[in-house]
Amino acid sequence: MFGLNWDSLWRHREEFLSGLALGLKLALIGLALACVIGLLVAFARTSRHQWLRIPAASYVEFIRNIPLLLILFFLYFGVPMWAFSVLPRGLADILVLDGENTTIVALAIYGGAYLAEVFRAGILGVGRAFIEAGRSLGLSGLQIARYVTLPIMVRTVLPSLGNTFISLFKDTSLAMAIAVPELTFVTRKFVTDTFQFIQAWTVAGVLYLVTTYALAALLRFLERRIRWTV
Amino acid sequence: MNPVIEEFPLLLQGVAVTLQISVLVIISGSIFGLFGGLGLLYGPSWLRALLRGYVDIVRGLPLLITIFIIFYIPPALDIEVSGFAAVTVALSIFAGAHISEIVRGAVASVSRGQNDAAKALGLTFWPRIWNVILPQALPAIIPPWTNTAVEMVKGSSLAYLVSVSELLFQTYKVVGRTGAAMPLYIAAALLYFAINLALSRAGVLLERRIRYTT
Amino acid sequence: MTDTHTQPDHAATPAFPGTGHPMVRIEDVHKRYGNLEVLKGINLEVESGEVVCIIGASGSGKTTLLRCINFLETYESGRIYVDNELVGYRERDGRLIPAREKDIARVRAETAMVFQQFNLFPHMTALANVAFGPIKVRSVARDEANRKARELLARVGLSDKADIYPVQLSGGQQQRVAIARALAMEPKVMLFDEVTSALDPELVGEVLAVMEDLAASHGVTMIVVTHEMMFAREAADRVVFMDDGIIVEEGRPEEIIGNPRSNRLRAFLRRFHTA
Repeated sequence: MFGLNWDSLWRHREEFLSGLALGLKLALIGLALACVIGLLVAFARTSRHQWLRIPAASYVEFIRNIPLLLILFFLYFGVPMWAFSVLPRGLADILVLDGENTTIVALAIYGGAYLAEVFRAGILGVGRAFIEAGRSLGLSGLQIARYVTLPIMVRTVLPSLGNTFISLFKDTSLAMAIAVPELTFVTRKFVTDTFQFIQAWTVAGVLYLVTTYALAALLRFLERRIRWTV
Repeated sequence: MNPVIEEFPLLLQGVAVTLQISVLVIISGSIFGLFGGLGLLYGPSWLRALLRGYVDIVRGLPLLITIFIIFYIPPALDIEVSGFAAVTVALSIFAGAHISEIVRGAVASVSRGQNDAAKALGLTFWPRIWNVILPQALPAIIPPWTNTAVEMVKGSSLAYLVSVSELLFQTYKVVGRTGAAMPLYIAAALLYFAINLALSRAGVLLERRIRYTT
Repeated sequence: MTDTHTQPDHAATPAFPGTGHPMVRIEDVHKRYGNLEVLKGINLEVESGEVVCIIGASGSGKTTLLRCINFLETYESGRIYVDNELVGYRERDGRLIPAREKDIARVRAETAMVFQQFNLFPHMTALANVAFGPIKVRSVARDEANRKARELLARVGLSDKADIYPVQLSGGQQQRVAIARALAMEPKVMLFDEVTSALDPELVGEVLAVMEDLAASHGVTMIVVTHEMMFAREAADRVVFMDDGIIVEEGRPEEIIGNPRSNRLRAFLRRFHTA
């Protein structure tokens, strides 16, 4: 097709597809952790205590203005170097993560800062009436957060969550810089081995496009279903 | 702290390259985006379809893939591409796609009556856009545009992967030489933070100035 | 009483000092939106300096017809001429092909429109709004344009609002600025599209006063789509009643409003309780 050889590529199809799957997996776990971080930070930002609000706001401002690749390098190269020169051996070992886990942590930190803003808007969007109703029933702050604020927030927050997931999935391509065998890494390796630039990058591009398109369609479907049940 | 102070000039060299890339990209991306957004709204149907395809494809791909495609495919067609050129072109295309969407949304939100009134006075297309539509669309364009500009500064760090010595690559090289990972990466982070903070501030000031005259 | 199209009474129509041809000529114009035909064969001539009011229910096509005259709406068949120039199209072998952008713009510069929603440019002062057309379209020097703009603002009673932005003006004031903006172009035809319908009742009077003033001077051809029957009765030379895409009746105001002949017109006027 088009006078190009597609056989090599076809023979490596499993590698390419595993790379794609790995990217999805990293993004999913990263998103889950980012949600936890984002929720905590969001509640901290809307709390009454200044000692919670200021660090939370600083975290969000700082992380959102630096490159994800830098965070990745910091965790993969920076932290281990520092850990081994400063900490006792046992402790330092824990902080040295492999490529995949480093990526997950980086995505969690980066995504967490963005989700913190999303959740903050969601929290503020929950009408005071509901919170006051909870308080008048005698629920504690924590219980209100869990049984009142959270469920109401979910519907407004879902679209942004979905979009963040798609974003994080695209960001997994950066993990190639620390030798994680996700799709971009696999493609680049194939290219340096076979020089079949056009075939390789076209297929990689198509795979990413199809995946992001499918994810977006899935998101729209979920949004519509949620609307019917709430 | 010492290694940071000693190596700071090298880091600044990296900052210079980062800024070069960023400025080129923001300017060209904004020009693409302006015409792209207007084309999406007012163009003939073939142009709208083309632009729609371009925007949707570029936004669906990871930025890194776009960079690699521009870096690797032209040589296969016997065209020389430097890392700097590839990153700049790829980021411009990326920014252009995002800004096209921003412009399209902002211009579409200007009420139809404004266009009618300008037409009724006898203005042709470009004078209408320049004098009536764009000034009213600007307040809605500037905040997301500033956001895109910040994303492009961050995106310039991907130039590392095509061997361009912007800030991240410089930092990485210096760390390799001196071993002082923590302070150097933190310094790099602070430098990116400073650049983007300044950019965001500039955006806020721009917004304020526009609002005053609107 | 049957629904008939009554012919204009030529003896009664004042003779206007004219160019020898009607200022606006609408010949058998048809327009459709998708499957819906909104103009089903309109024939109308407006003489230079004449004031014509078009009345009718919403959906009758009157606003669409008005917007066809300055080509804010296209039309499928028929011809519209402003001062003997074909609007929006060029004629080739008896068929219509779209005109060039600058020709359309040129005709639009000769007609001026005042809109129901005012549509003043919010990012310019009242003065700048009025001076804008002359500066950009007629290439008038800025000082000259500003001077004329101040005169026009004075004429509509707003000389103290020259440096105010539209957002700070009331609806009635904005509409008067819009009229001044239209006048600044020294148009041959002025088109008014239900210009008081969006105004609070107490502000309607100030705008109608300006329009009556304009009408009395007979200096410019006016085509006014309106629901204000009092205005039509006092100021119009001719009233045209449209319904369902056609002109049902037209004639002198006393006849059309005071003595409607067709059932449709009588039913329509009943809503306004005019005897």
